[in-house]
Amino acid sequence: VTIEHGRLASRPLSRETSPRQHRGAEVDQFVPELGADGTLTEEPTAPNPATRPAVRAQAIGEVVGLYAMCIAIALGLSALLVELTGGSSSAVFSALLDGSVRGPGRIGATIGVATPLLLVAIGTIVSNRAGLVNIGQEGQLYVGAAFGAYFGTKLGWTGPMVILLLLAASAVGGMLWAGIAGVLRYTRNVPEVLTTLLLVTIAAQLVGYGLKNQWLLLAPAEGRSNRQQISQQLADDTRMPRVSVFGNEFPISAFVAIVLAILVAVAMARTIWGLRLRMLGHNPRTAQRSGVAASRYGGGALLASGAFAGLAGGMMLAGGDFGNYTLVPGFAASIGWTGLLVALVARQRASVAIVIAFVFAALRTGSGFLAATGVERRITDVVQGLLVLALLVPPALLFLRQRRRAMQSGSDRT
Amino acid sequence: MDVLNAIGDVLTSEAAYGNALAVAVFLAFGASGEWVAERSGTLNISLEGMLLGGAFAAAVGMDRTGNEGLAVVFAVLAAVVVAGVQANMSHRLAANQFVVGLTLNILVLGLTSYLATELDPVTTQADSQRIPLLADIPLVGEALFDRTWMFYLIYAVVPACWWIVFRTRWGLELRASGENPQSVDVSGIDVNKRRRQGIYVAGITAGMGGAYVVLGSVGSFEDSIVGGRGIIALVAVIFGGWTLRGTIAGCLLFGVVLSFRLSLPALGYELNGDLLASLPFVVTILAMSIFAQRVRPPAALARPFIRGLK
Repeated sequence: VTIEHGRLASRPLSRETSPRQHRGAEVDQFVPELGADGTLTEEPTAPNPATRPAVRAQAIGEVVGLYAMCIAIALGLSALLVELTGGSSSAVFSALLDGSVRGPGRIGATIGVATPLLLVAIGTIVSNRAGLVNIGQEGQLYVGAAFGAYFGTKLGWTGPMVILLLLAASAVGGMLWAGIAGVLRYTRNVPEVLTTLLLVTIAAQLVGYGLKNQWLLLAPAEGRSNRQQISQQLADDTRMPRVSVFGNEFPISAFVAIVLAILVAVAMARTIWGLRLRMLGHNPRTAQRSGVAASRYGGGALLASGAFAGLAGGMMLAGGDFGNYTLVPGFAASIGWTGLLVALVARQRASVAIVIAFVFAALRTGSGFLAATGVERRITDVVQGLLVLALLVPPALLFLRQRRRAMQSGSDRT
Repeated sequence: MDVLNAIGDVLTSEAAYGNALAVAVFLAFGASGEWVAERSGTLNISLEGMLLGGAFAAAVGMDRTGNEGLAVVFAVLAAVVVAGVQANMSHRLAANQFVVGLTLNILVLGLTSYLATELDPVTTQADSQRIPLLADIPLVGEALFDRTWMFYLIYAVVPACWWIVFRTRWGLELRASGENPQSVDVSGIDVNKRRRQGIYVAGITAGMGGAYVVLGSVGSFEDSIVGGRGIIALVAVIFGGWTLRGTIAGCLLFGVVLSFRLSLPALGYELNGDLLASLPFVVTILAMSIFAQRVRPPAALARPFIRGLK
């Protein structure tokens, strides 16, 4: 292959004239030929023989089996815990199903919870792909929701356009909050994993402060009890429209989230921007040598992830599934943390995140129906934690096995 | 002048020192072990979970056995179990340590609050042991030397952490694992084993911290008993620039700041609790950005070690 001026100048030689080229399955039919320089052509080595279908099927089976086993262990442990404390695991399971998908209209509730989870997860995927560890989505989401509440209630504007303004403001809010970490990362070299984590608590306290002061977020004195920290409720025409599908009602932000997930998946896989981000994540030094500015792309990815988290906050506020169109302390309700877990369990793939977000949302909505079984609803936190840990195991095991094989074949060759 | 008056009042109030040290020592239990783990290259977010697990186990142990010593042993065991999950997931299976840590925090919080409603451990605060003479020192005497015996463990834990890290061969290997794991590996030392052991040390001290907060300080278990202070302990290590001296200074500073919530209203001052509660975090971010060039984290902090991959 000849490359001139960065372009492919000539095609690779055909197989007959390049004996070193890998011939795959035809290796057995090799006949040495006398070359022009008077030497015999060498038998080609096959460094990567094509995997036989049977082996491939077995490998896929192993992966599926491994995942199934780990999930079964996690669920088994949760069931054991319920049984040991005197509950009935089958009753818990059926209550969870009732609360999340089986009960009338419950799928809608689950979608309402899954929407912000998915948005947070998409943002996390963007920053993680760029090799940045943003673990402050909870704070970015909360700040986003606060920005949304401010622009949605305090300016006194009405009309559907306010929804767009509110969402834009919340995205900007989340972006600003992540931007602090980005600026410190690229100007002062402070690890973003620490700053994003620290900013979560600061966000909570700051919004709490805003909710105590009427010029910031606190609702006017009439219409709330005296020392209640609550923002004004969004007016009817500044709320996210809700659609009803087969009796399941949910805000239209669910569609927006799915479209965004697909867009991000495509952008990551098919655009130059995505390529550069991934390059930065895989090997920052290579990325730098090929002209990818870490501060621009990395910082941009961090801002994008903050914007997605903030948008999730705005959609939670305007969607109505959380806090009844008001902002209250603790509004973020661990959606940021859970969304982060969704992204990591989905292993940085936006399409998979859609499914995982729904499953985690189902656990959350299902927990509301646990009261009837007499089992404490915190059991769903346990189930979720065990599930995440279980889902971490198979990829780690497969990765380690692959490494071991690579090391093995490396030492065979030398 | 109100501010100066307030500062003066706090500085001369024995109760203020008592409150501040109660928080600071709890932070120090977590932070000293966390410091060991971070020197070995793990940013151990599950510290929160370890403290909570320890606190819960201490409450259950005290409730069921009635023996304070056994309760502390229970607490250490529980925290070490959490540490075991973190260690083996992140330094044997090479799963992302932040994910494991965050998940463990959620899992332990869920597990303890679930089990707390089922088991409902009832405990009381342990008796304080007054150390004669030392406790008569004005102002700080009672705060330091008229405490429950779990409090006094900190006087052993901090020097012990320093000694094992700086005065033993194991500690040298541990620090090297956090700075340059490749060379450690070439020297025939198991990097990931050292890192796992670092996390176990964090588990042991966090267990004691959990026992201290339930039996030695608060007196009863509730699921918000740690309430983010595990993260603050982690922050203290960062604030201290990954030195034990700085870490303890960070614990004291944050202890003072967090205890203002109790101390100031008791002395008759109003304060803005929200902004005060976020002060440790703001201070740490500022400190990190100002001293970022001078203070250097362990070079391989939060980087997994897999042989053959850099």
